[in-house]
Amino acid sequence: MSAAPTSTVAVQAAGVSKVFNEGLANEVTALQDIDLSVREGEFVSLIGPSGCGKSTLLRVIADLTHPTQGTIEVAGMPAAAAREQQRYGMAFQQAALFDWRTVRRNVELPLELQGWSKDRRQARAMELLEMVQLADFASHRPWELSGGMQQRVAIARSLAVDPPLLLMDEPFGALDEMTRERMQNELLRIREETGKSIIFVTHSIPEAVYLSDRVVVMSPRPGRITHVVPVDLGPRNEDTREADAFFDAVTAVREALRGHGGGTVRAKAGEV
Amino acid sequence: MGGRLRSVWPPLLIGFLFLAAWQLLVIVQDLKPYLLPAPSLIASNFFGDLGLMSSTAIYTGTTALLGLAFGTILGIVAALLAARFSIVNNIVTPLAAGLAAVPIIALTPILNNMFNITSRTPRVLVTVIIVFFPMFVNITRGLLQVQPVQLELMRSMNASPRTVLRILRIPNAVPFFFTGLKVAAPLAVIAALVAEYFGGPQEGLGSRIASSAANTAYGRAWAYVVASIILGLLFYLAVLAVERWTAPWVGHRRST
Amino acid sequence: MTEDSGVQVASEPRPGRQGTVGRRFRRGLTGVLWALAGMLLTVLMWELVKLVGTIVSLPFTTSDQAMPHVWTMVQGFGQPEVRGSDTTVLQAVVSAAAYSLLVALGGFVIGVGVGLLLAIVMQRFAFMERGLLPFVIASQTVPLIALAPLITGIGNRISIGPIQWNTTYSVMFIAAYLAFFPMSVGALRGLQAPTATSLELMRSYAANPRQVLWKLRFPASLPYLVPAMKVSAAAAVVGTVVAEISTGVRGGIGRLIIEYARETTSQPAKVYVAVFGAIALGLVAAGLVTALDVYLTRNLPKESTA
Repeated sequence: MSAAPTSTVAVQAAGVSKVFNEGLANEVTALQDIDLSVREGEFVSLIGPSGCGKSTLLRVIADLTHPTQGTIEVAGMPAAAAREQQRYGMAFQQAALFDWRTVRRNVELPLELQGWSKDRRQARAMELLEMVQLADFASHRPWELSGGMQQRVAIARSLAVDPPLLLMDEPFGALDEMTRERMQNELLRIREETGKSIIFVTHSIPEAVYLSDRVVVMSPRPGRITHVVPVDLGPRNEDTREADAFFDAVTAVREALRGHGGGTVRAKAGEV
Repeated sequence: MGGRLRSVWPPLLIGFLFLAAWQLLVIVQDLKPYLLPAPSLIASNFFGDLGLMSSTAIYTGTTALLGLAFGTILGIVAALLAARFSIVNNIVTPLAAGLAAVPIIALTPILNNMFNITSRTPRVLVTVIIVFFPMFVNITRGLLQVQPVQLELMRSMNASPRTVLRILRIPNAVPFFFTGLKVAAPLAVIAALVAEYFGGPQEGLGSRIASSAANTAYGRAWAYVVASIILGLLFYLAVLAVERWTAPWVGHRRST
Repeated sequence: MTEDSGVQVASEPRPGRQGTVGRRFRRGLTGVLWALAGMLLTVLMWELVKLVGTIVSLPFTTSDQAMPHVWTMVQGFGQPEVRGSDTTVLQAVVSAAAYSLLVALGGFVIGVGVGLLLAIVMQRFAFMERGLLPFVIASQTVPLIALAPLITGIGNRISIGPIQWNTTYSVMFIAAYLAFFPMSVGALRGLQAPTATSLELMRSYAANPRQVLWKLRFPASLPYLVPAMKVSAAAAVVGTVVAEISTGVRGGIGRLIIEYARETTSQPAKVYVAVFGAIALGLVAAGLVTALDVYLTRNLPKESTA
């Protein structure tokens, strides 16, 4: 795996808190004292029950919402600057494709906003569609594609400006299990080819374990990081899903998730 | 092919049976035309003076078209303002909601006093007002009701509000625009026609239906009603055609 | 929506049973306040246009006869309807509007009833749906109101059993006719709203068609019935006023507008008072349907009907 530590840091969150409706009756502490650092080229999953703030953490990193306290650095600059300079690409649970654009023009969208010339962005979009194996569907409309294909288009779009970091919010959450496993392999292949750093929000323990170098376990009310489970399974392939080491890691994450509920914690908590 | 035939013949059959029953009722009961003229009498009046029918329909149709065009333009401008400045939205939206049940057509006599009653102007104006509200309400909804995830996507790509308007909000509003237009186009015909009942030039369908009825030429009056129905259908079908042509993605399942 | 966005939703709390009514009421109140601001703005614009009209020549007349001052209109409410009469213009307009409201209400009830019946028939028998629905939809796009002057011909000339037909029934008939179409289309869509799963559930209980209709289809159609009823009510009001105008039936607000419009030279404010009466009529009708809406949907989640 390309988890080899490098000197540079892709994402650095320090003392991040996020409070919604501060001072009101329905005040919610979505994030409390989050410290997280993601190395360049590392694949980190955020996992936890609904309401644990994992999506909020991703949005704070993406500068889609502002932290109440603390600082975020992405690629060595403040989160806002990283967003303005397009140092990350983002994918959501919904593909969020525009129905009125063809598949290719959906992928071109971020390039269009960056003012790329028509020829250059067409060439780049085709290159990316080839990477996600959808070149044949370039002139189709999004609604003519299956859910998995739509999500691949969304991933191609998130890679368009060639950002060093991908932020993914349950991108495979709405897919069936078979499609989901195929997409996981595809994502790992793309990561291998491009060497991106990836932060991946998910509900699924096997998914987190299969994809990640580290699994960050969060708990709700208030949203905080309770455990960090390192996963060292070497290069992934279909056999990995059947390996004992895989099931051990799944068990470790599962127990870490139960941990805050009062059960026994035997998970090896890694350093943040 | 078979499917198409199956969807076409029930309405044809029911339409034919309806006309036949109507004709039979008139003959058997010996109904006088003031009660209900026979379809054959209406048809002979309609086809007997096709030129007059079409010129009358064109007069009212022109009023409706002018009103529809100006009302739509006004609706688009106001909706863009409402999407940009919430104060416009705050003022116009409750007004539009309240006026939905109000017979706006009742403004015609006032407009007749303000403008030259012998011209088309007051009729066009009342049509403009009637067309404006459904257009405004629908376009505003389309500009504002974008999927939150699409807005987040635009923000993650560092798009300015103006870019969001151009790339996301306006294309998103296109289906809503056509929904509004499908309501507004038949309304424009109705408004143009009813505005003629308040006096003024006598060349249109509304005036001629009223005057034919007053002269006990009931067959002719009903023939003008047929002409109005055709005019209304034409307006609606024209909107459908424009929609198919300019926005082929409308009506398809939204991608998630 | 991601399930995890529960945290974001927290910034806008999910409306509970109690919070909803208050929130809806407050939103309605702000709407009314803004509408009042809009009306104030209209009044100011009106006077501004009149002022500008005295300085430069506009493409329309801004004389006190065509565009009376707002205060003249207000005074118009209290003027006697005809010289030396005891009734004021306001009283005449209110009673005419109340009369039209009753006629519209009658048309609305008939139209909604017939619309519902037709929807049930179309839902039950696929052939009827395929045969009738195209006509129902086409009818929404054609100016049925064009028939209004012709219906007058019927007035006073026929009697059905003991009931002597009069022109007021003609007006009600037109109102019902206009109210019927949106209702039948909306109700049909509503009756077809239950999911295949719910229908299979009813089938697993061996429910008969009538039980399916009353226990499942009808309750499931409420979110569709209410908006359809709003459109129907508006159609009934507009139909009533327009029919009164085109048939010239006495007693209602439509006829009053026509009559007052002829008196602008002597009493320019009168026609405005009548038009305000028509507007008030529409608002009252909309208010009645909204009250019905609140009652019918009291047990439903509110987000969808807001």
